[in-house]
Amino acid sequence: MEELDEQPAEAVIPGLGRCGTHIGFDWGPREFLLYETRYPPSDKAHLETSGQLSFLRNDEDLFSPVLRKLFNESHGIFVGLQKSEEEATSRTRKADLVRVSKNYRSVLQACMQEMHKVASSTRDKFQSEKYSEQLSILSAMELCWNLCEILFIEAATAGSLLVLLLDWIRFHSSEIDNIAEEVLQSESPLQHERFWDLITAYVLQARMDEARQLLAKEAAVTTSTRSMCRVLDDLLKKMPTFGSQTLTEFELKWQHWREECERHLQCGTFSSSPQMETICKVLLGAEDTLLEKKDLMGTWYHFLVSQLLYTHPTVTLAEIHSYAQSCLDIFSPGDSSSEPLDNVLLAAFELDIHQVIKEFSIVTNNWWFVAHLTDLLDHCQLFQSHNLYFGSNMREHLLLEYASGLFSHHSLWQLGVDYFDHCPELGRVYLELHMERIPLSTEKKALKALRICEQRQMTEQVRSICKTMAMQAMRNRRLGSALSWSIRAKDAGFATLISDRFLKDYCERGRFSDLDLIDNLGPAMLLSDRLTFLGKYREFHKMYNDQQFEEAARLLLSLMTARIAPCTFWLTLLLDALPLLEQQQVIFSAEQTYQLMSCLEERTAAKLEPIQSEESRKSQDSSIENTKVEMLRLALARNLSRAIVKEGTVQV
Amino acid sequence: METMVAKYVSQKISKTRWRPVPASSLQQPDVFAAGSWDNEENKVSLWSIGDFGAIHMEEEYLADPKLLCDIRHKGDVMDLQFLDQERIVTASSTGRVTIFRHHQGNQTLSEKQKWEHAHRLCECVKWPRSSTAPGVVCNNPEIVSVGEDGRINLFRADSKEIVRTSISTIHAVIFLRTTEILTVNSIGQLKMWDLRQQGNDPTHIFSMANERVPLHCLDRHPSQQHVVATGGQDGMLCIWDVRQSRTPISLLTAHDAEMWEVHFHPSKPDHLFTCSEDGSLWHWDASTEVMERPSFLLGGRGNVSLSRSAVGQSFSQSLMTAWLNSDPTKGHLEINDLLPSSTLSVNSLDVLGEYLVCGTDAESIYVLKRPLA
Repeated sequence: MEELDEQPAEAVIPGLGRCGTHIGFDWGPREFLLYETRYPPSDKAHLETSGQLSFLRNDEDLFSPVLRKLFNESHGIFVGLQKSEEEATSRTRKADLVRVSKNYRSVLQACMQEMHKVASSTRDKFQSEKYSEQLSILSAMELCWNLCEILFIEAATAGSLLVLLLDWIRFHSSEIDNIAEEVLQSESPLQHERFWDLITAYVLQARMDEARQLLAKEAAVTTSTRSMCRVLDDLLKKMPTFGSQTLTEFELKWQHWREECERHLQCGTFSSSPQMETICKVLLGAEDTLLEKKDLMGTWYHFLVSQLLYTHPTVTLAEIHSYAQSCLDIFSPGDSSSEPLDNVLLAAFELDIHQVIKEFSIVTNNWWFVAHLTDLLDHCQLFQSHNLYFGSNMREHLLLEYASGLFSHHSLWQLGVDYFDHCPELGRVYLELHMERIPLSTEKKALKALRICEQRQMTEQVRSICKTMAMQAMRNRRLGSALSWSIRAKDAGFATLISDRFLKDYCERGRFSDLDLIDNLGPAMLLSDRLTFLGKYREFHKMYNDQQFEEAARLLLSLMTARIAPCTFWLTLLLDALPLLEQQQVIFSAEQTYQLMSCLEERTAAKLEPIQSEESRKSQDSSIENTKVEMLRLALARNLSRAIVKEGTVQV
Repeated sequence: METMVAKYVSQKISKTRWRPVPASSLQQPDVFAAGSWDNEENKVSLWSIGDFGAIHMEEEYLADPKLLCDIRHKGDVMDLQFLDQERIVTASSTGRVTIFRHHQGNQTLSEKQKWEHAHRLCECVKWPRSSTAPGVVCNNPEIVSVGEDGRINLFRADSKEIVRTSISTIHAVIFLRTTEILTVNSIGQLKMWDLRQQGNDPTHIFSMANERVPLHCLDRHPSQQHVVATGGQDGMLCIWDVRQSRTPISLLTAHDAEMWEVHFHPSKPDHLFTCSEDGSLWHWDASTEVMERPSFLLGGRGNVSLSRSAVGQSFSQSLMTAWLNSDPTKGHLEINDLLPSSTLSVNSLDVLGEYLVCGTDAESIYVLKRPLA
């Protein structure tokens, strides 16, 4: 048995779990079906249950209107990324991927803003709690994504790594802005108790310009500390930042600057101002001083970055994880139960992508984050494609899960299609299975589904969609529409069935419905024999109405002699010949009349056997039929005589 | 340069329509209606792009569409049309035709009138908008609706009258004149019906020879009513002259998938817009052709000192034939793709004045300013 990654959560379903009952369940595509059931001690009687069904689903997020924007907008980015793959040049590749990553993040940020707006405008307490929970998940996503972007996609080198990490910290700590607002909006900022806190906080984030501005204010007012301020200001100004210079140059400058700071501290330059002394200690990266100011940083990763800034500004990717673990330990000592977010970040610092993905899958209840991040990282060639035991690699597995989730949604299913398209191994199979299960409520929806299947040559699904629509049309007695659907699916069997219905309708009512369609069948007529017959038979009627009797007669005869007409329909055809036989001029030649006669005989011979078995029931029917046959025979005989006479006359 | 804003609205949009502006004013449209489909609860919503209070000096500024109000709609919104400044008529997949009223004072929508089960499934509703003055209020509007069931219904005030039936599915309808309508159906036919005549037969049937590609949309030229454009399942754009020919005047290969809507620009009819299932929104520009033709005519006459009015005349002549002569082989027709690459269907578009609005299956609404430029 495999080890569990997390304790399974318990959920209480109202109405289930009454004393003496059991819970039955069934799997759905994305949800559970739960119901109450009772096993009697002796298996005799059915015991009464409440008869209530409950659906339990894990991906409520899909139904949040705000998150739908996230799904839709990121879909566009995803598709763009897959396309760019094809036309990629390795030189610009990294820049492209970073840009894509930033796009994803900006979508996330927009979504956070929206969520924030919604959360603050709702009055419902339960709702607003739910929103703020989602908001915190979203901001955690953004935080992690940004870190992954720095560590994995940019794969920043020594020096620039810290610059990026500082940006990351600045972007994600709002605490400092709150202090700044509080201090600067007070009546006399200089007297404010948090004035120095603010400067320290700026220094901790290496926002030197802002720190120096504040310092200048202090220097302008307080004469006693002016010289000290000037020295500190000088130190802040001179702090080297990594830019265009080489790493060794930077390290040299850094060393020089650090020595200067140390000298000032030892000489006691700042001894009369404890605040400035603290700042100077911060500049030297003194661990205990930094820890004292831990409130200003708030999080262990801020602490990590600040400490690295003043102790190891040229930290590399390979080194960072050892600092990360120790920072976490120092920052929250004795607190062994770490937050899930801490685990994710720690895993990221350890450059263990799989762990990041795994931890995040446990925290969130939708697959959006892990699927998109994994896909992006996969485009950076960061995954050794080790196959999972269920037949696909991790990227594909997560995309499949995410897309299946989309397909379970009544409206988002269209997005899922593109995700399946980019899963080389199982995507197609998944898509086929899901497409068959789309409820087809309107013709337009069916057309859209059909287009998806046709573009991918999914013939089986095309047939199934057309058949569903044809059946719906049949049930609504719209034979024309049903026929068009089966023609589109090239479904010969169903076309035959519908053609039969048309003919039956004709026999009963004496006229055709849907003339538009039947008259315009064109080459589609060849789909099935019965359909051909239907089309040709209608053609006969048209010719007859247009008084083209000879062509009509030829067509009618050929329908029988070429065996296109079904046997059951021959009598109707022969009866249709009756008015032609009775015309004033001779239409059927002697040869044709013989053929008609043999058709009639053939038909009566074939009919005899089944009739005898049901004679009693059909006696009345057959008497009418007999009269018809008699009439036909008479007409045929008369026509034959006329034809022989006429042909004889012409020959002379 | 055109400018564009996109707004994600958390529902797939099936129709977008501008609220008509009074013909006399030079005002640009600022409010549009959108209908959704395939949602658990579909909605008709009204959006504003005018921004209140703030005056922006930059010409190119385009405000984010802002939701004014919305209301539940039973079934998918299959079609949507403004009757006048206040009233919107919708067609639903449940077969219902509804008139909504927009109360501009407190920004609410309410159901004013409805016809249940007008069809088994209602595809499209139209009323005879006068071509010369879009937005003129009809006192007693006649509304025509067509459905998947092949019926054409004509409504007057609150009495319902079923006019005609034709059995193959009708996809779209427009008014040609106040008494004549045109429909397209799923076997590639364009039919003309006269509402005054009784009986179930169309007055004319137009179709492509030997082709039965379903047609999905049609529009007629705003000033030359005999020029009609249709789009169908194969994404082909057809231009028809309903006065003369039984077959299309020109066939233009266009989109890769179903063309869902086609619209002439109401005041600059040399521009045509189409949108499609393949996620593209195209602008067809035949005006270059118009610009070239007069010079040809001038040369042909060999008259150097042409008076001004004569030039004007030749202009208007060429205007008449701009679409009927547009031959793809001549290459005068310019086509622009207006949307950034997207893969999901653009279901609807509407163009009025300087603005174009379109709605997509990616749950987004795009508003474009000056799409002609």
